[in-house]
Amino acid sequence: MDETSAIAHFIGFTALLRRAGFAVAPEQSMAWLAGIELLGPQGINDMRRAARATLAPAPERIFEFDALFDQHFLGATPPALIAEPSLDEPLRAADDLPAGPEPIFGDESHESGEKATRAERLAARRFALSDEALLLRQFTRALPLHAPRRRGYRWRTARGGAATDARRMFRDAMRNAGEFVKLRRRKRRSRQRRIVLIIDVSGSMKERTQSHLALAHALTHGADWAETFTMGTRLTRITRALRLRQREQALGAASMLVADWDGGTRIGDALSAFLAIPRFAALARGAALVLLSDGLEFGDPSEMAEAVARLSRLAWRLVWLTPLAADPRFEPRTAGLAAARPFLDRLGDGGSLASICDHVLALAREKAA
Amino acid sequence: MEIRRRIVGIGSPRELEDALRAAYYLADEGLSTAAYLALALGKPLLLEGAPGVGKTEAAKAIAGVLGRRLLRLQCYEGIDAAAALYEWNFPRQMLALRQENAQTDPVDIYRDEFLIERPMLACLRHPEENVLLIDEIDRSDHEFEAFLLEFLSDFQISIPERGAVRAYERPAVILTSNRTRELHEALRRRCVYHWIEYPSPEREMRIIMMRASGVAEKAARAVVAAVGRLRREPLAKHPGIAEAVEWAEAATLLNEQGARWPEAFRRSLGVVLKDEDDLAYLGPRIDTILAEAGA
Repeated sequence: MDETSAIAHFIGFTALLRRAGFAVAPEQSMAWLAGIELLGPQGINDMRRAARATLAPAPERIFEFDALFDQHFLGATPPALIAEPSLDEPLRAADDLPAGPEPIFGDESHESGEKATRAERLAARRFALSDEALLLRQFTRALPLHAPRRRGYRWRTARGGAATDARRMFRDAMRNAGEFVKLRRRKRRSRQRRIVLIIDVSGSMKERTQSHLALAHALTHGADWAETFTMGTRLTRITRALRLRQREQALGAASMLVADWDGGTRIGDALSAFLAIPRFAALARGAALVLLSDGLEFGDPSEMAEAVARLSRLAWRLVWLTPLAADPRFEPRTAGLAAARPFLDRLGDGGSLASICDHVLALAREKAA
Repeated sequence: MEIRRRIVGIGSPRELEDALRAAYYLADEGLSTAAYLALALGKPLLLEGAPGVGKTEAAKAIAGVLGRRLLRLQCYEGIDAAAALYEWNFPRQMLALRQENAQTDPVDIYRDEFLIERPMLACLRHPEENVLLIDEIDRSDHEFEAFLLEFLSDFQISIPERGAVRAYERPAVILTSNRTRELHEALRRRCVYHWIEYPSPEREMRIIMMRASGVAEKAARAVVAAVGRLRREPLAKHPGIAEAVEWAEAATLLNEQGARWPEAFRRSLGVVLKDEDDLAYLGPRIDTILAEAGA
């Protein structure tokens, strides 16, 4: 085999990887070829190790990667079954990343049928704004000012800043023959904290699910970065669907994603699934986490308490809002909620949208429990 | 792409593995291949793995093999350029300006002596003397990661008062991450990557015998078995390699002072399990685990 065809054979492997859904950049292919040249293409295992190091497959997919490698270089049988997720996968979690064609819902702008859309809009206008819609609109407007904030990376000059802005003072001093005329101060720019909302969509929360989703939609559009998940017997991320501007479209798209409406609740399982996916768990880190659930757990209460404890360590604040707490005499009686109670920063009233909005906006004000 | 076949006399992964062993670090073939390729191709080495599998140790050992100083930059939430790159020594600049008068020459206050180098700049300016370790990058903010990406692609940074500083040869850079969050795909792409697993029982056994002083082989074997069991439990903090070594040493110490074997392991448990929840979770089962491990 001459050199060009050998190189073509190697490049063929990166093409195979791309077809199998591995992200391989051209610079990685180059590095791999350079690596093979360095190690000398004698041993297949050297080549494999060089491929692993330079093409950087994620550790969860290393078996799949190796199988593809064997298929391409050793002529082994193609790994048809490996890519399929096994049916009895313990994590029942769904992501809303685009897996196939885009959802059928457009975001406001239709290329055709403009007249029809306008007519629909007029129809929508005719309804008086319900109390709920008004409340949510106020909520969306209040968020930029009142959502919890964190310290950011960059500095900006500020009169009341905690640190002196030495660089700027120095530059000023140059202009004044080395004399400091004015004390300049600077502070860290602040950013909004991520708000993560986990909504219980089980049967016992049935009546409230719709308004909770509407609230999530308002939150998504008011806050800089909000993430929404639903939990029932499984966990679903619906953030993307909620980013659609029009509420009806967004809620429609979200309900398409959720497969476990009005079922039982296995809060412990759902939260464990949330924690088990590093990408989801990372969303909770440093975030304000709000759980909307009545805490009626069908699964093992100790698992739920365990998961809540871990969540509370990840999140900046963990707030549990339950409709049961609308009653002032409420005490957490269910085994799960009672066990989880010590890890919550707050267990509050989730009986009405108004009180949920208040709790979210109050996050920024209160000190840690 | 600039390729250097031999680095300080090391011309293959195997030779690097041997050199690392001489520096008391037992690398497997995957790690030594990745590290060799990173050095030869002049790319950063990204090491990921659970806490305690020896990512930082690997960096130290590689620096030792190269005979270079290890510059460690520990990442944290809110880390900024002043901590990572450079800072001007403002008080000294001011004093220099104050001392300046009509008789002396004007002072250039942007000379090197007024510049406080932080790890990343130091590594750029003296790439042949240093290895840069950017530790636990998953703890830093996204903004810092983006900034790092720029640094790692052309090994150049700009200081407004001085212009761009560029490394005259590609420096050795090692990044580690505990994978508490996903790193940006572009950053992974820049690097040569290796996922460090917990070592196999035989290898962990050899590590303990090499690192610990005066631990009997039987004790080391028991520790490896027990630690392997503990890593399969759903604990908040799994014992790392360092903990295994310390446990073997601690138990041996207690044993020399007269504690019997299972008891010595039981009493030194605080060296491996450092989380109240974990201890409570295991509860009485810990005795069974120790017994099964042959302690």
